[in-house]
Amino acid sequence: MVDLADLRRISDFEWEIPASLRADMRVPVRIFASRRLLEAVGADASLEQAVNAATLPGVVGRVLVMPDVHQGYGFPIGGVAATRLPDGVISPGAIGYDINCGVRLLASRVEFGEAEPVLDRLASALDAACPSGVGVRGHLRLDERELERVCREGAEWARGRGFATDADLARTEGGGCLAGADFSRVSHRARSRGRDQVGTLGAGNHFIEVEVVERVLDIEAARTMGLEEGALTVMIHCGSRGFGHQICTDYVKSFQQAVVRYGISLPDRELVCAPLDSPEGQAYQGAMRAAANYAFANRQVLAHFAREAFAEVLGSRVRNPHLHQVYDIAHNMGTTEEHEVDGELVRVCVHRKGATRAFGPGSEDLPPEYRAIGQPVLVPGSMGTASWVLVGTEASMSRSLGSSCHGAGRTMSRRRAKRSIQGGALRQELEDRGIRVRAGSMPGLAEEAPAAYKDVDEVVEAVVGAGIARKVARLRPVAVIKG
Amino acid sequence: MTGPAEGSRELEHTADWELEVWGPDLRALLRQAALGMYALLGLRLAVGPRERRDLDIEAPDAESLLVEFLNELIFLAESEGLGFDSFELKIHGNRLEATLEGAPITVRRKEIKAVTYSRLEIRESERGLTTRVVFDV
Repeated sequence: MVDLADLRRISDFEWEIPASLRADMRVPVRIFASRRLLEAVGADASLEQAVNAATLPGVVGRVLVMPDVHQGYGFPIGGVAATRLPDGVISPGAIGYDINCGVRLLASRVEFGEAEPVLDRLASALDAACPSGVGVRGHLRLDERELERVCREGAEWARGRGFATDADLARTEGGGCLAGADFSRVSHRARSRGRDQVGTLGAGNHFIEVEVVERVLDIEAARTMGLEEGALTVMIHCGSRGFGHQICTDYVKSFQQAVVRYGISLPDRELVCAPLDSPEGQAYQGAMRAAANYAFANRQVLAHFAREAFAEVLGSRVRNPHLHQVYDIAHNMGTTEEHEVDGELVRVCVHRKGATRAFGPGSEDLPPEYRAIGQPVLVPGSMGTASWVLVGTEASMSRSLGSSCHGAGRTMSRRRAKRSIQGGALRQELEDRGIRVRAGSMPGLAEEAPAAYKDVDEVVEAVVGAGIARKVARLRPVAVIKG
Repeated sequence: MTGPAEGSRELEHTADWELEVWGPDLRALLRQAALGMYALLGLRLAVGPRERRDLDIEAPDAESLLVEFLNELIFLAESEGLGFDSFELKIHGNRLEATLEGAPITVRRKEIKAVTYSRLEIRESERGLTTRVVFDV
């Protein structure tokens, strides 16, 4: 267990675990958090997991920990680690089972007041259009050739099917497609699980929310993103479904042998890894990118369905029910990037698990209109609380490998949440606050109760206080759809 | 030691699900882990015609065998909608031959993304064998 006394305070929002803490650490761990948040995470194993991540061969700079950190499996949720190309390692467990789980934000010019009388209908229409729940199948069935195209093209595939616009693709991380996807590295099992899940939300903490822009804090950035105070937005949170889960499962299994072959010793078997340039590492990267593209396509199709639901319910009431894309970001991903580490420009594989990119102004990955303001960072709060839109900063590039937080972060176990919170009562409480709820499972709803999470405002204050992101707008939910 | 000779119980885990599983031998451990996982999923099976599936799994060690066995069950639940309540397990070294009997799943409340190796270790204890399994949900 890491003791809080082992931490060195850098500032009110930055703390460091020195590499000297444990003999097998290759780099220090840098934590972005307030003292209060730090004390809250001190009780679980997340900091120990971050120390374990600091032992990965080829890791450079520092392992980073975001303020929404919590204990995961192997690698903490809210962790970032960069490994040097070509011979550093890639670790599937440091990216996660839900490869390219991420968040998309769509915004409208529809005033909340105009939509309020039909909000119930809107929630039901979104619920019907976007299949959710355990083991759910979508409206689309893909044959092998079509699935391969999804894996190769990502959101671009969706454009070909009429589910996306050019602007959607430009406003998606990496253009909605990672190069280097290799379908031949995807198992038959993963393919069979992926065939009918494009355009589905799934279960767990995945959701669609209708939110109102409650407060704009950066007028220029909000205007550039098309966010207007009082207007409706739609936030979509989901990933690569059973397709990605199976790919990660397959490679965590095969990498159990790879670590033996490459003589890599690790403190936790879930961190199994292989050198980036090894045949095993290359195979996983090919398959992982296929899953990442699948997830981009999935969120794009869901966005299309959400637009249809908006048009169906609001088309006759408002002049313009259109939902334009603000941005789409991944928070479980491994990408090849160039960063300055200890004064040297290096090409690295950045593992982000429960952490997002937060590229600063000027980044070439951003569409031209966002280059002046920085990359939008979407931070969903826990169900029924606020969400935030932030932007990356110059400091995020130099201090956090262009990364930021991904949400509120759990603080209560699912077991305790299930025992202490009743799904039905929670639903009523949300409805009493004017939040429409469409949920497939009441125990599932209870596990995602706001009380099981940290305060998202506190998490945002920490990344903003550390300088690695800037506030743009705070959003308030008015409808929640979840499996 | 009081309590059942084999079984499982849910532990506190911030983000995911963690089960403690025990039994007199590896066969019992695998069976209890499967039943414990099904309980977490809130699984119910159809009454009527029974389904049978055979598995043959070879793994480098007992921990891998456990993870691969549970991942097989998740795959069968996801892809064929099948759950099992009868497990005939034969273990030779690190090889498992299993004959499973069950039925189509009628109710499944939760989704498990995967069974993880996180801090996984099968230990000898006064109850025979004990382990903890973390599920990504």
